[in-house]
Amino acid sequence: MNTSKHFQLVVLLLAFSAARPLFAQSAVDPARRAADSAKRRPTDSIKIKSLDSVVVARDRLSKEIVPVQTLAGVELQRLGTHSVADAIRYFSGVQVKDYGGVGGLKTINIRSLGSQHVGVFYDGIELGNAQNGTIDLGRFSLDNMVSISLYNGQKSAIFQSAKDFASAGAIYMTTRTPEFQPEIKNNLKATVKTGSFGTINPSFLWEHRLSDKIKSSFNAEYLYSNGRYKFTYAKKDGYDTTETRKNGDVRSIRLESGLYGKIKDGDWKVKAYFYSSDRGYPGAAVRETPGVFTHQDRQWDDNFFLQSSFTKNFSAHYSLRLNAKYAYDYLHYLSDPRLDITTIYVNNHYRQQEAYVSAANLFTILPFWSVNVSTDFLFNTLNADLVNFVYPRRYTELAAVATSLDLSPVKIQGSLLGTFVHETATPANSAAPNKQEYTPSVIVNYKPWEKQNINFRAFYKRIFRMPTLNDLYYTFIGNKLLKPEYTTQYDAGGTYGHNLSGGHLRRIEFQADAYFNQVKNKIIAMPTSNQFLWTMVNLGYVEIRGLDVAVQSNWQLAKTINVNTRLSYTYQKAQDFTDKTSSYYGGQIAYVPWHSGSAIINPSWKSWSLNYSFIYTGKRYTTSANIPENYFKPWYTHDLSLSKELKIAKKQARISAEVNNVLNQQYEVVQSYPMPGTNVKFIFNVTL
Amino acid sequence: MNKTKQYCWLLLLCVFCACRKGADSVIPPTVTPVSPGDTGSIKGFYLLNEANMGSNKASLDFYDYTSGNYYKDIYPARNPGVVKELGDVGNDIQIYGGRLYAVINVSNLIEVMDVRTAKHVGTITIPNCRYITFDKGYAYVSSYAGPVLIDPNARLGYVAKVDTATLAIIDTCVVGYQPEELAIRDNKIYVANSGGYRVPNYDNTVSVIDLSTFKEIKKITVGINLERLRLDGHGNIYVTSRGDYYTIPSNIYIIDGTDKVSDVLNIPASNLMISGDSAYIYSTEWSYVTNSNTITYAIINTQRKTVVSRSFITDGTDKKIAIPYGLAINPDTKEIFVTDAGDYINPGRVYCFTPDGKRKWDVEAGDIPAHFAFTRIRLSGL
Repeated sequence: MNTSKHFQLVVLLLAFSAARPLFAQSAVDPARRAADSAKRRPTDSIKIKSLDSVVVARDRLSKEIVPVQTLAGVELQRLGTHSVADAIRYFSGVQVKDYGGVGGLKTINIRSLGSQHVGVFYDGIELGNAQNGTIDLGRFSLDNMVSISLYNGQKSAIFQSAKDFASAGAIYMTTRTPEFQPEIKNNLKATVKTGSFGTINPSFLWEHRLSDKIKSSFNAEYLYSNGRYKFTYAKKDGYDTTETRKNGDVRSIRLESGLYGKIKDGDWKVKAYFYSSDRGYPGAAVRETPGVFTHQDRQWDDNFFLQSSFTKNFSAHYSLRLNAKYAYDYLHYLSDPRLDITTIYVNNHYRQQEAYVSAANLFTILPFWSVNVSTDFLFNTLNADLVNFVYPRRYTELAAVATSLDLSPVKIQGSLLGTFVHETATPANSAAPNKQEYTPSVIVNYKPWEKQNINFRAFYKRIFRMPTLNDLYYTFIGNKLLKPEYTTQYDAGGTYGHNLSGGHLRRIEFQADAYFNQVKNKIIAMPTSNQFLWTMVNLGYVEIRGLDVAVQSNWQLAKTINVNTRLSYTYQKAQDFTDKTSSYYGGQIAYVPWHSGSAIINPSWKSWSLNYSFIYTGKRYTTSANIPENYFKPWYTHDLSLSKELKIAKKQARISAEVNNVLNQQYEVVQSYPMPGTNVKFIFNVTL
Repeated sequence: MNKTKQYCWLLLLCVFCACRKGADSVIPPTVTPVSPGDTGSIKGFYLLNEANMGSNKASLDFYDYTSGNYYKDIYPARNPGVVKELGDVGNDIQIYGGRLYAVINVSNLIEVMDVRTAKHVGTITIPNCRYITFDKGYAYVSSYAGPVLIDPNARLGYVAKVDTATLAIIDTCVVGYQPEELAIRDNKIYVANSGGYRVPNYDNTVSVIDLSTFKEIKKITVGINLERLRLDGHGNIYVTSRGDYYTIPSNIYIIDGTDKVSDVLNIPASNLMISGDSAYIYSTEWSYVTNSNTITYAIINTQRKTVVSRSFITDGTDKKIAIPYGLAINPDTKEIFVTDAGDYINPGRVYCFTPDGKRKWDVEAGDIPAHFAFTRIRLSGL
């Protein structure tokens, strides 16, 4: 029994652990593109001041040669979502694993490869979490976010760090870069959000022009939510109970500060990020004697990083990008029987550090041929006050060579990534053996007609994820002999974009991709001699066949009425082929629906804007035994938001009201973790 | 313009109407004929499936000797009004006085049912309850959740005394750390203390409680990380130790009639079931040194206290059993029942063997099938 709590804790850690944001931008960032497109946007009746100039971004379906989806600008802000994770639900090919509530863990799984295969980048540099390999995207606020992009495979820009090549799929979060109207030296913006769950969420942004070449930014945000909400469990002709989620409160503070500089043919950035939170665990909503015991366990996190980035084009043939980062993550988990007598005392502290440097060298050999060579070095440490803990240190070296050929009408990119991992531990013989892996990718794009915006594309990518430090070294559970978990992806698809004039439909973009993925040596938790004593093994094998479709359109119904729409649909058959002797060989893997989709309809009229969004997740099962006991019924939610731009004392302001889950749907994304029903939010922001 | 509007409305309509079923239906039992049926005074057995923590999927199966049918997951259909079914992590099941008691560990309660109908009678709320035994109208339940003193790490467990007539807890007695199985001999309760949460400072004692005073009268030092505790037919108590998963192996100790540790058998055991003079044993021993499980089976003669066989499954079926997890012997027919927890995520299986170890039948059970209770009263409404 000795490790039941340990295992539970690992689950919690896998669930809730340290996430950290960072910063740095690249010249080809979606943020820039967002700014570009903003300039082309028809001006609203109220002139938008510079601070809000990064307002709209259309997806660039056709510009990328790998599948990419982006939400940006006002489209992002109008979604009525609390966090980055909520926004990502609108992308196709994605499942967000959501434990419910403002403070509940939210991780994402791209094309069923597993959440540890997702690289999460904050302003261009990856957020690391060597301890458990996942990032809680529920902790990233949309307050200062200008775009969120999801790439399958990798970003198709080859001028990037080796880390950018190192995941099976990636999320790029981009925060605002300061921009100023001529003659303006300071931008100030204040926002207050409030609503259900006792949420209060003020934030403040100050941008300052230090000189023509240097700008600074400071952003602060506070969030409190009591996390309480009602949920209902009911059976037809059976019980019907409504309870309140408790101990789901969260308090967090986020401070971000950046310096942005321009130099001749280049730029540089430095960013400091600090996030601190205190939250309760509401726990699994399982059977209990009502009102006798309540969960009281808590977690405290501090995440800090300092990162900087430097880019310069030295000549027409050579460009250099340097990235560097230091990160510190602290996690404290406390379960105290003095507060909840059912529990066992657990009081653990985990401290992670990460140091990272990267150099990307782009050689433009001929106008249509370029080669990038990047090398990254990463150092991770994990300390914990666990019995028999081995204090792992991980040294990772990544080297990537990538080439891009533009042989119109065909574009080809290829890359090869070498990963070299060395670990030490105390005592020395407890460290995992060295690892050396080479992984390729090939991307091809074909545009058959010069004048038609139709592209066909395909990619192949093989990549792995390292066993996390928890997988390898967590006391009583870790297994240092684990091998990396490999994924292989094959994707073929196309995009179509068309601008129209005259009619109501102004623009339509369409993309569809079919794919086949394999996950080999899948790292899974395996029980040992009893159900409380688990270990990690390379056992699973999963095959995924899927189809992602996304359609976006812009309509002008009248001179002042614009409508943007976006629809996505995903089909996935994700089968567990781990054990041939199992009765459930080939069953659909846990929590992956066969069908899912989303819709966003966003009409605007003068200074008014309405947003309707819809998410559908079809039936799925909680394990690969697809039997009635494991069945999860489909769920869907409707969200509405209404906002208006206005002027108050000559200041630009926006006010909005949101109603989420309008039909009060009772549902779970994760077994025993009920989601909130109807909830509301009000937002007021003013640009000073 | 109109056309566009129409499109928009149509789209909205589609979206709102996207259908979803209402409340889930109660899941009916799955009935599987597994044998031709049999007559005898034992009418069947209940099997409690543990299921994983947080899944709330503890479930109850019934095997009916009369029809030879296996009924998987009988509880929800018989108790549609019980909120969230049986609960989270089934840990023990026993029959006493016409009632069926299922200890549901993470739900912190004991579900009490009528043994004839498997219908809910009541619950006993005990935090972190583990195992149950009975004597003279009282139930005795081990629990990890003793009083918290100055050091929250040093928190003893207790045994609760429950009046089976009222289902009220009438007394508690503090024992060792994280107590597991318990048994009654000579008006005394013996409780195996594990101390499993105090790694590496495991408990190594069996607490002895006098039933007249309900006070702990002594602790017998046995071995670390104790778990199973069973009486044989000769007045001896068999206690298993799980070892430390590193260098101290699992073991079996015998406490004789004078409360002395009389024998150390030096064979590993995860589970042990005594029937007549035979103690059936399997061991799924995990080692952090080799990162592997070693699965073994054995029969010990309790009169001679020696191993008489290293396998009680004789037809090779043991190779199909990934993780033996539950064990039972029909006291009349001596049929052997072994459950396989498989990968612990998907449904497990129950295997029935003849007394000489040949497979008779096997059937899918719930998640992590584990604990058996034979009944001489046939479940009604089958």
